[in-house]
Amino acid sequence: MISIRNLTFSRGNRKIFDNISLEIEPHKITAIMGPSGTGKTTLLKLIAGQLKPDSGTILINQQNVHQLSRTDLYKLRKKMGMLFQSGALLTDMSVYDNIAFPIREHTQLPESMVRTLVLMKLNAVGLRGARHLMPSELSGGMARRVAMARALALDPEMIMYDEPFTGQDPISLGVLVKLIQTLNQTLHLTSIVVSHDVQETASIADYIYLISEGKIAGQGTPEELYNTDSDWVDQFMQGKADGPVPFHYPANDFTTDLLAYKPAL
Amino acid sequence: MKLFQTIGQSSLKFLAKLGRSSLFLISILTGLAYTFSRPNLLIKQLYSIGVLTFWLIAISGLFVGMVLGLQGVYTLSTFGAESSLGIMVAASLVRELGPVVSALLFAGRAGSALTAEIGLMKTTEQLSAMEMMAIDPLKYIIAPRFFAGFISLPLLAALFSAVGVLGGYLAGVEILSVDSGSYWSQMQSAIDFHDDIINGIIKSIIFAWLVSWIALFEGYDALPTSAGISRATTRTVVNSAFAILLFDFLLTALMYGES
Amino acid sequence: MQCKSIEILVGLFVSLCITALFFLALQVSNFSDLQDNGSYTVIAHFENTGGLKSKAVVSMAGVPIGRVADISFDPDNYDALVKLRIDARYNKMPSDTSASILTSGLLGDKYIGLTPGGLNEFLQEGDTIELTQSALVLERMISQFLFNSSDKDK
Repeated sequence: MISIRNLTFSRGNRKIFDNISLEIEPHKITAIMGPSGTGKTTLLKLIAGQLKPDSGTILINQQNVHQLSRTDLYKLRKKMGMLFQSGALLTDMSVYDNIAFPIREHTQLPESMVRTLVLMKLNAVGLRGARHLMPSELSGGMARRVAMARALALDPEMIMYDEPFTGQDPISLGVLVKLIQTLNQTLHLTSIVVSHDVQETASIADYIYLISEGKIAGQGTPEELYNTDSDWVDQFMQGKADGPVPFHYPANDFTTDLLAYKPAL
Repeated sequence: MKLFQTIGQSSLKFLAKLGRSSLFLISILTGLAYTFSRPNLLIKQLYSIGVLTFWLIAISGLFVGMVLGLQGVYTLSTFGAESSLGIMVAASLVRELGPVVSALLFAGRAGSALTAEIGLMKTTEQLSAMEMMAIDPLKYIIAPRFFAGFISLPLLAALFSAVGVLGGYLAGVEILSVDSGSYWSQMQSAIDFHDDIINGIIKSIIFAWLVSWIALFEGYDALPTSAGISRATTRTVVNSAFAILLFDFLLTALMYGES
Repeated sequence: MQCKSIEILVGLFVSLCITALFFLALQVSNFSDLQDNGSYTVIAHFENTGGLKSKAVVSMAGVPIGRVADISFDPDNYDALVKLRIDARYNKMPSDTSASILTSGLLGDKYIGLTPGGLNEFLQEGDTIELTQSALVLERMISQFLFNSSDKDK
């Protein structure tokens, strides 16, 4: 469904992605994981066409995202849902209005139908009773669920989750994991989850890509990655403190450093 | 040597910023039809920009007018010309103080609020989220605010001048016993509708354009961090002040140069 | 989605400001003067306009009946050509009306005062006022005064 071929993207002098290629299978949950700062969110923005790559192509359903006109790009985005890390709810509208927003803007449906749709989406994420609250009154987990409902408002084919599990308490975590899996199955969505929470992500992902230093360091199903030969992948998946990514920041020999004190003359 | 380097760098950065902001402005202007097809958005912004600045402008106008009245009587009485107080107060307000001071106050209150609001929306990724929902934030969020500012400021400037003239009346006629008849009659014969009032309105329209543009662009361009937002609001107020005073000089020279 | 009270407040705000604008136009400026009920222009030549400005008042019997439209130099007669725009309501000006440049108060602005003549013909658009009195130039008056007083001494 989504083919990324030979993608290169740099910010300033830093190469965020160096000639990477990956495939996102339809109707499956694909996870993109890696250490912090490798540009996972940037990848989502590239897929959505918000950023332009230096070279390479991103094809969604055989359409080259970056060659689409503005109108066609907007049409494509209506079939995509995106869940931002902070929820990104519009702060001056209630929960109900936030979810109704894309429906009201993109369709001419009468208010009664809009109401039905909004309540259905809210029910799917379990927050139908919270519809009159304002975003500032929601907890982080609830905000993310509302954002999920909003991402699903226009019945997209594909949904992208940007770090959905970061900073959540165990119960919210459980809720979110269950939601992502259930929604993917029942709505026949294609889901991309960007995260560095190995346990949660591995429990629901069908396929995982590990990105580090602009390249794909490993890929496979969760079982394949847990039984990997690569030391780096192993360190990442098991969360080991030391390994190919060293514990110590590069420095001189410890004894020499300690004894090297020279008092000012 | 370093000095020249810095000057060169700053000029290039300034030019780049000017270019970005011009493209920004063009995108806003293409949103004119969209804004007027959604009057709810415009009305909401007129409320938060215009109505909430109303009391600031009205009270400031009153006090400025009263000060002009007091100072005017004090100075004019040395020439025995207190009866010209009306002309002095009205001319100062309608030609200069009305448009300029109301624009400066507007930049400080509404301009900085706009910058902070847009900057915050950028930081919390609300603008990105809207783009992802295939709604252009420039048309939905920015354009209504621009046109609301564009409509509000000239109205507020008129209010400032009017309240100021009344304030001058209060101070001069009621408190310092200048003749009320000559206050109004001298004023009416000297203040020309076309040269003074219309010019004042033209000035405040141009200021409205400038302040709204600067405020919205600084917010849109801000770094998405809390430090970035606070720097952006400061820049709004400072750059607006520069722009207002510069254009005031240019417009005054243009308008009053020949007569 | 919209609170009714917000709409009312915005309406109130806009109407208050427009009222302020009308106040400025009518009470503060000379807007009412500009109500063009129609006017006609007559010409007058003066030896010395003495600081008469465009848009100065044209009055008869102390009542404003028009404005000075234009002041220019007449290269044929080497004097000043002043165009007076008189309100159309006052269209029964005798054609031998005279115009003088007067000062309002001692040191005030210059204006044109018209004194009616006696003929039964009336001034039309484009007519010329023949009898004119130029402005009193202060320096000339003073030198005349000095001249006269020194004469008397002799």
